Parts: sequence; C-alpha cells; structure tokens
Amino acid sequence: MRHLTTALAALYAGLLYLFIFLPVVVLVLFSFQDGTLPVPPLNGLTLRWYEAVFSDGKLMAALGNSLVVAVVSSAIACLLGFLAAYAFARYTLPASALLRSLIVAPMTVSTLIIGLGLLSVLNLTGLRLSLVTVGIGHVVINLPLCFAIIYASMGGHQVNIERAARDLGARDWQVMLLVTAPMLLPSILAAFFLSVTFSWDEFIVAFLLSRFDVTLPVEIWSMLRSGLDPRTNAIGSVVFLISVAFLIVMELAVFRKTGKSS
Amino acid sequence: MTATALERAERRKAWAFALPALLWTGFFFLVPFAYMAAISLWTRQGREIVATWTLDNYIAFFEKAHLFKGLVVSLEITAAVTVISVLLAYPLAWIIAERVPKKWQRFALVMAILPFWTSYVVRSYSWLLVLSKGGVVNQALLALGIIAEPLELSANRTGTIIGFVHFFVMLLTLTIYANLIQLSPNYRRAAADLGANAFQTFWHVVLPLTLPGIMVGAFLTFVLCIGDYITPQILGGNNELVLPQVIMLQLGRRADFPMAAALSLVLMVVVTLAYIACARWLKMERT
Repeated sequence: MRHLTTALAALYAGLLYLFIFLPVVVLVLFSFQDGTLPVPPLNGLTLRWYEAVFSDGKLMAALGNSLVVAVVSSAIACLLGFLAAYAFARYTLPASALLRSLIVAPMTVSTLIIGLGLLSVLNLTGLRLSLVTVGIGHVVINLPLCFAIIYASMGGHQVNIERAARDLGARDWQVMLLVTAPMLLPSILAAFFLSVTFSWDEFIVAFLLSRFDVTLPVEIWSMLRSGLDPRTNAIGSVVFLISVAFLIVMELAVFRKTGKSS
Repeated sequence: MTATALERAERRKAWAFALPALLWTGFFFLVPFAYMAAISLWTRQGREIVATWTLDNYIAFFEKAHLFKGLVVSLEITAAVTVISVLLAYPLAWIIAERVPKKWQRFALVMAILPFWTSYVVRSYSWLLVLSKGGVVNQALLALGIIAEPLELSANRTGTIIGFVHFFVMLLTLTIYANLIQLSPNYRRAAADLGANAFQTFWHVVLPLTLPGIMVGAFLTFVLCIGDYITPQILGGNNELVLPQVIMLQLGRRADFPMAAALSLVLMVVVTLAYIACARWLKMERT
C-alpha cells in the first residue's frame, strides 16, 4: 500500500514536471533546428538562428531598451518608495492610512487599465510616446511593491540607532543615507530586483505606451506575426537564460544574505 | 492645537519625503484613472472624444452581443482555468511538502516554478509550438497511433486554457506549498492519535486548514487570468475573444477610447465583486 502510493505520487509529480517543462524544452531544443520550421522532426543542430538574432539590430536595440527601462524605472520606484516609507514609518502624517493605501492602489488594478489611463491622458497632453512614457508606466506599476516591501521592513528597532546617530550630530540626510539605508539594504535590493524582473517582462504597458523605440517583449510580439519561426525560439531562449542567470544572482546576493541576518 | 515651530518643521520634512511618491501616483495613476472613468461616460465622433455625458457605452455593452460575449467567454475560461489549476497544483504541492525529503524540497520547488521566469510572451509562443498541428504533442500522438488526425489544440479555447493552466499551476504550487508547510505537525499527530487514517486526516484536517490559502491563490488566479490579453491573443485564435481582447480591439483602427474605458471599468467591477466575495468567504471561515 505504502509502495503503491509512493509510486503513484512519483508518477503524478513526473507527469506534472513534464507538463511544466515541456514548452521550455521544446523552445530551447528547436532554437537549434536546422530548418525554417521549429517543429519536429529535428533535422539537425545549427547555431545560425542565434547568429541571426545577435546580428539583428532592431532586436538587440530592443534588448538594450528593456534593460535601460527596467533598471532606471526600478531605481526611481525604489527611491520614491524608500522616501515615502521613511516618511510614513518615522513621522505622523495626517490621514496616513488613506495616503498609504493611495500609494499601493495601483497594485490592485490590472496593468491594462493603468496603461489605457496613461495613454488617454498622454494623448490629451500631446506628449510623444517613447521609452520615457514606458518607464513612467513601469514606475507606477512597481512603486506600490517597492513601498510595501521597504515599509514592512522599517521596524521600531532601527529607530534607536537613528536616534543615536542624530545625538552624535548627524543631519537628516546623513541619517537616512548612512544609517537607515544600509540597515534596510536587503529589502531595498529585494524590491529593486523584483521590480527589474517585472519591468523586464512587462508587455501591455510597454506595448500601449511606446511607438518607435520598443522594449524586448514588444519586439518579440511583433515577430510573432510571422508565425512559427526559429529566430523567435532563439531570442526566447536567450531571454530565458538571462532571467535564470538573474534569478541565481538574486538568490545569491539578496536572499542568502537576508536568510543569514535573520 | 498650536504646533510648535519644531513640530511644524518636522511635519514639513515628513511631507517632503512622502510627496514624490504621492505626486507620482497622483499624476500618473489617479488622474489617468479618473479621466478614464470620465471618458467612459463620453462619446466619440470620428476619432475625436466629445465630452457629452451619457451611459451609451455601458448600454451598448449589455445590448451588443459581440461586446457582452467577451465578458461571458472571459468568465467561462477563467472559471475553468482556476478550477483545473487548483486541482492539478494541490497534489503536486502536497507531494513536495510531504513526500520529498526535506533537503530536496527547495530544489523541487524551484524546479517546479523555473519556467515561470521565461518571458510571458515567449511562454505563450512556446505553447503554440507544442500545440500546433505539426507540433510535438500532435506528432507524438500520431506516431503512437493514438490519433489518426492532428487534434485542434491551438487557435481555440483549448489552447488558451492550456497556456493559462501552465502558468497558474506553477503559481498555485508555490502558494499551496507555502501553506502546507506552515501547518503544525501536531494537528496530524492528534488526528492519528484519535484513530484517523491517512485519508481521513487529509480530508477532515489538512484540507480544511489549507482552504483559506487555496482561496487566496484561486482569487489571484482569477484576477490575473481575467485581465490577461497575451495568452488568449497568441493561443486562442480569432473565433471567440475574451474581454481584454475586445478592449484592445476598440483601440485599433477605431480609436474608440470611450468604449475601451467603459469596458475596462466593467472588467474592474467584476474583479472587485470577486474580491468582495472572496473576502466575505474568508471572514466567514474565520468566525
């Protein structure tokens, strides 16, 4: 009986892992397809689709755009989130609960609505759509997250240390920059890296708010119009590799460290 | 109450720190949202938006079949995806939490959600590869002689549901696992001491205790699934559109912002209703 249930459990888990990995394995495998259709049979292995992807100026520009938008918008979201968290945790503001829920409100609204709203207002102002407008949208999406993560880690136990710094003559900005920020570094980094992964992968807002310069998901989206194409497999595999590498760095740099200190 | 000069200075500082985030959210979220709510009550003439107050867009949503059907299709697909994903993910989470040795659990979990980190657009495209007529699944089934003709697995509802279930099985495995390992082993020991067998312990003790967690995961699935445009657009074909697709269609050549805004607000109301239902259920559970 015990053996039977163990065997069934193993079978079930095996099938689900197969289901979970099937698309990724097929994607990567057929990025090496020696032929123009990324479906079986596998004719042979070639690297020419990777060559095609890396020599594609538009695609590489989109990859660069994505990185810039992700890093800049996440940095802004973290900075604004940190300052606001500091204000709400260390001072008493009127209607504090209401203001805090205003800052986290965008988290509860679908990105389609955030993108549509911004697009209609931008149309009104006549501002041109560009990577800047995409970045603005990504800050709107990521600010609630950054604020929530950093605010949650601002405990009372840091107040005494800040007070000590002030008694020793530190100015406000010195306290914030040299005392509070280093103490909160693990959660600030966690917020930053999470924002980067969201922005890196975000499609709808980037699609609605960009025109000529686009981010990678939008460029891949326009590649899909040509149907099944081994070049899409190749760039998809590259994106997967970057994400996994990033995940490993995040795991080692941030979560290991927080694990140790707590 | 008269504030001292010091208190006033402190308060000014607090506002200075909080203001950038508040202004950003105000300008780029609250104002656009309010504007969208307003134009959902306006009309369009040609490509111009005209500020005449009317409920026409909402009336059209209920009267025009191609608009209303978007919501119906969305609800049907989302309900199917939520139920299938929970049913598939729970056993996997349970196996990882109960059957996999402690020191391998983290690895098993990371592997179960690794494809989560592929780009969302690329993941849907990958499923298109797998499910297309000449794709891996059809070719394998044909080679094994199980089917004589390729199955229609993509460009229809089946494709959309498979693509969604893949994503949400990973998400739910994570949340349900987190729930299962938080359970104190004492509950199970107590049930066993009272003579319950493994099944009875699971059915009467473990499952009810993890139900609130499942509910939260299911709600998350509902919200993310019903608001998604990418998966149905890539895998669903053109025969039946979900609400986000209908919304995006308004923006295309017609540039009908008022209608798109009205449909978006309908979508938001549906999500809010689901939230209220979920919150009430959780509250009832607790009391």
